[in-house]
Amino acid sequence: MVLGLGYNAMLVMVGAGLLGIAAGVTGTFLFLRKRALVGDAIAHATLPGIGLAFLLMVALGGDGRNLAVLLIGAAVTAALGLLCVHWISTKTRLSEDTAIGAVLSVFFGFGVMLLTVIQNVPSGRQAGLDGLLLGATAGMLYADAVLIAVGGAVALAASLALSRPMTMVAFDAGFAGISGVNVVRIDLATMGLVLMVTVVGLKIVGLILIVALLIIPPVAARFWTDHAMRVAILAGTMGGVSGVVGAGLSATAPDLPTGPIIVLVAFAAFLISLIMAPDRGVLAAWFRHRRFERRVHLRQGLLALGQGQPIYERFTLRLLQKAGLVRADGVATDRGVGAALDALRDEARWAIMRADPGFDTLVNRHDGLSPIDTLLTADQIAEIDTRLNGATP
Amino acid sequence: MSGQVFVALSLTPLLIGVLAAIACAVPGNFLLLRRQALIGDAISHVVLPGIVVAFLVTGRVSAWPMMLGAAAAAVVAVVLIEVIRRLGRIEPGAAMGVIFTAMFAGGVLLLEQSDTSNVHLDVEHALMGNLESLIWLDALGWTSLLDPRALAGLPPELTRLAVVTALVAVLTWLFWRPLKITTFDEGFAHGVGLPNTVIGLGLVILSAVAAVAAFDAVGSIIVIAMFICPPAAARLMTNRLETQVALSVLLAALSAILGYIFAGFGPLWLGFDNSVSAAGMIATVSGLMLLAAAIVGPHRRQT
Repeated sequence: MVLGLGYNAMLVMVGAGLLGIAAGVTGTFLFLRKRALVGDAIAHATLPGIGLAFLLMVALGGDGRNLAVLLIGAAVTAALGLLCVHWISTKTRLSEDTAIGAVLSVFFGFGVMLLTVIQNVPSGRQAGLDGLLLGATAGMLYADAVLIAVGGAVALAASLALSRPMTMVAFDAGFAGISGVNVVRIDLATMGLVLMVTVVGLKIVGLILIVALLIIPPVAARFWTDHAMRVAILAGTMGGVSGVVGAGLSATAPDLPTGPIIVLVAFAAFLISLIMAPDRGVLAAWFRHRRFERRVHLRQGLLALGQGQPIYERFTLRLLQKAGLVRADGVATDRGVGAALDALRDEARWAIMRADPGFDTLVNRHDGLSPIDTLLTADQIAEIDTRLNGATP
Repeated sequence: MSGQVFVALSLTPLLIGVLAAIACAVPGNFLLLRRQALIGDAISHVVLPGIVVAFLVTGRVSAWPMMLGAAAAAVVAVVLIEVIRRLGRIEPGAAMGVIFTAMFAGGVLLLEQSDTSNVHLDVEHALMGNLESLIWLDALGWTSLLDPRALAGLPPELTRLAVVTALVAVLTWLFWRPLKITTFDEGFAHGVGLPNTVIGLGLVILSAVAAVAAFDAVGSIIVIAMFICPPAAARLMTNRLETQVALSVLLAALSAILGYIFAGFGPLWLGFDNSVSAAGMIATVSGLMLLAAAIVGPHRRQT
């Protein structure tokens, strides 16, 4: 199937894959720095640059279709937009998200206005600038495909080279500063990378959705691990796979737009992570909750048995019965009596420990359901037991 | 320009622009102060899948089902953002980014897959609106404002927006105190028994309704710009909420009027013979106002 797509489509797939990896890695640092949506402002701020570059090329006598020049124009206004976000959020009392929203809407609005100007320029109608809104890879020129593949490779190389200092800044800017990392410069470099990814992605994903490639893979990867470099690697992998699969899928049929397909593939990876990830995933959390619930019921049931109280709670009875601790009529088996006495003793020991400030860390760390002999040494238990016996002579 | 041409061609787009700007700017003030400014951005993206689904269900382009679909999509998005924020312990900005881009991508895909070639429904229209085309053909001049037959020919967008703007104004007035208290002092609001979550969600739903009504007429650019720029500019000019809201309404109306005029006549003044997108120009004007406020606003610094 892939081989049947033709040389350009192959190049686009390679470009989309490289772009996806670069976006995933770069986006990780943006996400860890809690500035994910800055990418959205940068992306929307490319539109006026594209329009101005086109008008400039036409004014100089060209036909305005040179992708490289359009992308340079995009980068210039995107950088200007980034500066505006920075200026508004540091020099005025408006928050960063307000600055992002303002820059995003105003630059985009200005860009749309330029597009209507361009539509009235004689060669403007066929310029295909609309394709940069949502990405359009169908009928792409060979030179453009090469430009995207090379751009993706450069963005990827730069993000890998900078990943070490970017991790330090993302986690603890103060510590990074003391360790000799120039925080301001690294933040700027991160933003520069975001800008590069955005500009390279314009033709494939389009400026409205490119931010998704910067946000979704890192958020999905964050579910699987707490280790920053692993988040970056995983996000890069997810981004790369989304890019290749999405670009490949969209090349198979005419009405499958590339950008949205890539974004939806990435979103599928996010959904899988949200549900399946160990520890942070939804399924894992549900199982953990059920396990805890069982332990509490079992413990309360045993305590009730030990104190000779009747148990009415059906779920508790069923659990006890399944564990062979009570008979069907609710009377404790021999093993049940033993377990109940153990539970009572554990509970008394926990009570002593809770009253003793020396055990604070241990008590705070545990839920009070674990058997004491799995937590303390025999000596410590013996000491608690003497206090226990002393308290009730 | 004669009264007849003005009333027929410019009066209704101007009014629609002003109403849309005001309907978005008023809730925008509270979103801004609650640090939820980008909710407007998220809502205006997810409106697209809502409209497309409504179109696929009903099979035609009619306003009310589409507005319902869009409002439903906005509520779904807000709930989803909250759900994944809690489940994944993700910061709100990133959670928002995941949901609105995915829903927008879904909307574009549905649009491309469905047969909408014979109806006027495309992504560009959704982004840019078509303010200029909302003209009042039945008008013969100022006297038409008193003529019931001509009034029946008013663009339906105008009526819908007037209703929604009135709704926004009335609700803001009714809930002024709870809104103000929950916005500025969550702890105190909790102490006096105000349901903070309900008020917050109500604000988001009201914003969604305003965004959808405005979106239908003027496209999503103006919606995002009006949610943020006029309130942000007003915030830099005053410390009183009452003054801020009043100023933001004024600035919103002013950007709509100036933007419309510049878009229609600006190019003519400069010697070109075609007008430019009014939606884009309105957003640009509001941005320039914010820039001016950021440079000279009396309360631009942190106090």
